[in-house]
Amino acid sequence: MSIFTIIAVVLICVGLLFFLGAAVGIMRFGDFYTRMHAAGKGDTLSSLLVLLGFGVYQLNNFQSFSESWPVLLVILKLIAISAFILLTSPTATHALMDSGWEDGIEPELKNDKPETNALEEDMPQPKQKEAQA
Amino acid sequence: MDRNKTKSSPFYSWLVFGLLMLTWVVFSGFLDAFHLSLGVISCAFVTWISADLLFENRSDGPVARIKQVFRLAGYSVWLVYQIVLANIHLLKLSFIGQRALQPQIVRYECKLKSDFEKFLLANSITLTPGTVTMKIKGDTFYIHAISDVAAEGLDGEMEKRIAKCFES
Repeated sequence: MSIFTIIAVVLICVGLLFFLGAAVGIMRFGDFYTRMHAAGKGDTLSSLLVLLGFGVYQLNNFQSFSESWPVLLVILKLIAISAFILLTSPTATHALMDSGWEDGIEPELKNDKPETNALEEDMPQPKQKEAQA
Repeated sequence: MDRNKTKSSPFYSWLVFGLLMLTWVVFSGFLDAFHLSLGVISCAFVTWISADLLFENRSDGPVARIKQVFRLAGYSVWLVYQIVLANIHLLKLSFIGQRALQPQIVRYECKLKSDFEKFLLANSITLTPGTVTMKIKGDTFYIHAISDVAAEGLDGEMEKRIAKCFES
């Protein structure tokens, strides 16, 4: 076991711990919006850590620059993947939250006080028409 | 004539070509003449049809651009640090359970001007767990925060750092 393997295993295990936290959050949180917090973003740090672990593990194959430059390309590809995740994941979360609001899913808020819902004050939520049937 | 000159400034065309070529080399991994010439042909074609899509504001010179790139790199390091802190907070919340949650929707006024800066701020807010940008209307962001601690994190430091990246 080289030092790189050990670092990689530690990074991947910490990443998996955060994934577990996200999964537990999806099961335990109360409403659509708080579940979106766990589902959409519990994976930002964890996927970063797992990909970083893969990158560190690749360093095992690195001997000299002239022979093993393809290893560096693999690491660059992993960095590109994490950049794409960091760009697209928040956008998808935002789109789902926004369409949930537009479809009239009511958020469960702290103490049900009106001042905790600034959005309702400024732009009342479109209520679903019930008498359509 | 003047408009034409700013539109097709050669620096930005070469920059787009260089970035595309770099991506090609990283993703292909073959450095022989055949694959490289394929890359040159396709990158030149893409640059020819869509070089004006990548950069909206072309009034900045090369030096200002390079400064922005380095500042953005510094910003993303800080952002990763914030993500680590906030993810630990979310991990605690999910193991304590629902009674620890104080969900709320808060207003946030920002003073950033360009669309790209607003996009960066909204994405950064969503990336740090505990807060999600729900709607943006003009300069007002509506943010769903999962707890009081997460809502207090929106103290404008992120916005200040983003504004600093793009000042000239």
